[in-house]
Amino acid sequence: MVTGLGVVAPNAIGVPAFLHAIQNGISGIKFIPRYQELNFSCHLAGMPDFKWESLNNYLSEVTLHGLKGTNIGYGLVAAMDAWADSGMPYDTEEPRWETGCVFGNSIADTEAMKNVITRVDNKEARKLGSRVVEQAMNSGVTSYISGRLGLGNRVITNSAACATGTQAILMGYEYIKDGYAKRMVVGSAEHVDTYVYGAFDSMRVLSRKFNDHPEQASRPMSATAGGFIPGSGAGALVLEDLDFALERGAKIYAEVIGGASNSGGQRVGGTMTAANPTGVIRCINEALTESGIKPEQIDLISGHLTATNADRQEIQNWSDALQLKGDNFPLTNSLKSMIGHCLSAAGSIETVASILQIVHGFVHPNINLEDPNPEITNLAGVDSLPVKIIKKEVNIVAKANFGFGDVNSCLILSKFN
Amino acid sequence: MTRHEILDELKKVIAPYTTNKEMLAGIDDQTDLIRDLKINSANLVDIIIDAEAKYDIEIDYDVADKMMIVGSCIDVISEKVNEKQ
Repeated sequence: MVTGLGVVAPNAIGVPAFLHAIQNGISGIKFIPRYQELNFSCHLAGMPDFKWESLNNYLSEVTLHGLKGTNIGYGLVAAMDAWADSGMPYDTEEPRWETGCVFGNSIADTEAMKNVITRVDNKEARKLGSRVVEQAMNSGVTSYISGRLGLGNRVITNSAACATGTQAILMGYEYIKDGYAKRMVVGSAEHVDTYVYGAFDSMRVLSRKFNDHPEQASRPMSATAGGFIPGSGAGALVLEDLDFALERGAKIYAEVIGGASNSGGQRVGGTMTAANPTGVIRCINEALTESGIKPEQIDLISGHLTATNADRQEIQNWSDALQLKGDNFPLTNSLKSMIGHCLSAAGSIETVASILQIVHGFVHPNINLEDPNPEITNLAGVDSLPVKIIKKEVNIVAKANFGFGDVNSCLILSKFN
Repeated sequence: MTRHEILDELKKVIAPYTTNKEMLAGIDDQTDLIRDLKINSANLVDIIIDAEAKYDIEIDYDVADKMMIVGSCIDVISEKVNEKQ
């Protein structure tokens, strides 16, 4: 059961503002002058309008003093907001033994680590102080979250590139289902710092033809899609065992009813950077089997769909997995058209969006899809790829992400009945 | 620099590391940084680094180990500042 939501997204911070943004197709893609100065080919990013001082509301000033990791800031705010949203207080004397955390991320904030590298190279390591290691370690985000909330069950940091967020949610769901925990804080965070951005830019996978029109630059499934726009942020959910949630009178947003995570093994068309279609299809089918859902029951696919040339193959994979095409292909949208590709945070932010679509009965628009790729509309009918909001009951959402390393994760989300 | 002057400055150095501001205002030589001011033991390193920067002194690791109460902090800082002059 999903009982709490929190989000730090490029187009909004906090659930109410985020709901408004995705209903109205508001873009969070902005021009970043620094990227132009650095001669990157893409000068745009999905950057949350995050006020560092807002962390005062979540942390003691002692903890905040010396905190520099941007991904930790994002993840902490999303997780704390989800916790508060689920109706529980932050403070506790005793560890919460029944509650754990699976929160993912890609890499510690290398921009913050630059100071560390400079000092060490200047033979000033002794001036680094006590706060670097906790922020350099990959488990920094989970450590801050679990420390603030006193979480005493499994606390795990996962990392599976762009599949990280969906995988974190799946792991948390499985721990509850298998009886290891009653409640899990799950999600993921990403801060695409300048150095990571530069490395993606060099791979020539970023959109470079819309630098003068930031809001039009992220164009999943369109004929003019020319690469993705990196995004930053975090999404978080509180998952709870049904009886445990009902006992404390928690409100229930929706339900995770199953999922799957696998790898294509970097074989048969799969590589470090491309998905093996067979792996993707197996992942989707295993998620459906696990959930007891038939393809026809899917009201909405929340795709990975980053706006690279992999979009066509992804739609092909969905079509092959579900054995549905043309007008029968489920409604499909990509939040990345508004916020860019938030890498490790993509899955959790997009899952928050999926749950809001279930709760409020709508399908958010694909912005920048006035020119759909004909190779995609050959597979999925034009009406399946909405460019305007559709108000309708949404019972079942399939949310998938596919990442470097040929890793796949698919969640099946359902209205709570 | 008198002990009193160092104490006043030391309060500013310590301030970011304790939430107990009332007690900080009234610290004396016997105040224990960890027990009384509830400072995280890992943060003692940061206080020493900040003090080094403030007074432009260097406090070696063995000496730093003694800086557990306010009085010993003042002793060390005062000695290092005087050495410099």
